[in-house]
Amino acid sequence: MPSLLFYLFAAITLGFGLNVILARNPVTSALSLAVSFVGLAALFISLDAYFIGIIQILVYTGAVMVLFLFIIMLLDIQKEESRRANMAAVVGGIVLAVVLTLQVATVLGAFKEGAVTTAQVPLSTEQASKRADVAGVKTIQQDLAAGTLPDAKLVGMNLFERYGFHLQAVGLLLLVGTVGVVVLSKRESPAKPSV
Amino acid sequence: MITLNHYLFVSGALFALGLAGVVIRRNIIIVFMCLEMMLSAANLALVGFSRFRVTEGLPDYAAQSLVFFTITVAAAEVAVGLAVIVALFRTRQSVEVDAITRMQG
Repeated sequence: MPSLLFYLFAAITLGFGLNVILARNPVTSALSLAVSFVGLAALFISLDAYFIGIIQILVYTGAVMVLFLFIIMLLDIQKEESRRANMAAVVGGIVLAVVLTLQVATVLGAFKEGAVTTAQVPLSTEQASKRADVAGVKTIQQDLAAGTLPDAKLVGMNLFERYGFHLQAVGLLLLVGTVGVVVLSKRESPAKPSV
Repeated sequence: MITLNHYLFVSGALFALGLAGVVIRRNIIIVFMCLEMMLSAANLALVGFSRFRVTEGLPDYAAQSLVFFTITVAAAEVAVGLAVIVALFRTRQSVEVDAITRMQG
């Protein structure tokens, strides 16, 4: 990926992420976060993780942020009252963020293994087609022979072959979440004495 | 050229932004959004490590599976969390964290 594009998308991700914190209006924050996630999805795609990038856009910007916007508009939240923010929290938050960023930068400065570019560790469809785990899978072999990376198929294969149980556990979690939301948002009838 | 360290730094900076937002903001919905931002920052680090750990010509798909699970769990968490916020708003008529002090010691 050209360096310019990386810096562009990193700037979009971090800039709009900053706007989430700075904006006074919650709707602005939610929309900024959506744009920030689109930049993040572009970074995923630059790392050859096409499936995860698309999932990021579909699930986060498509579903999660719409849910956030829906709740913000449903509750009709006004701008934060002009009362000044708690100065101790503001200073503490800024100090925390700066210290954490500096620490990450220091650690990464000494992390020699991280100083590799994607060109130095290239993906090889030719080499991949000889792998034992994709040997019998016809569609993946076809894509690899054509010189393309069948990213979604490989993630799917990995999920279902190695993490089948975990996938079902996550499915159960979604079911429990759905039931939980219904229970939480059920309005108690006024006739019933509240517990 | 762009190295793994560049991606890890973006990930760390995004996490720091989310952390600052959680500490600074008082609107509980925005605090919740900042939590999502921190989860996504962790995902970026995972995908970065996945791409740079090439074995036999392919990236490490175990990390990408973990990202898939994280995104799924985050989606479920958002649904339940927002339901809790709506329930809170019904009883308190406010989404400020300062308004919720009932469990304060």
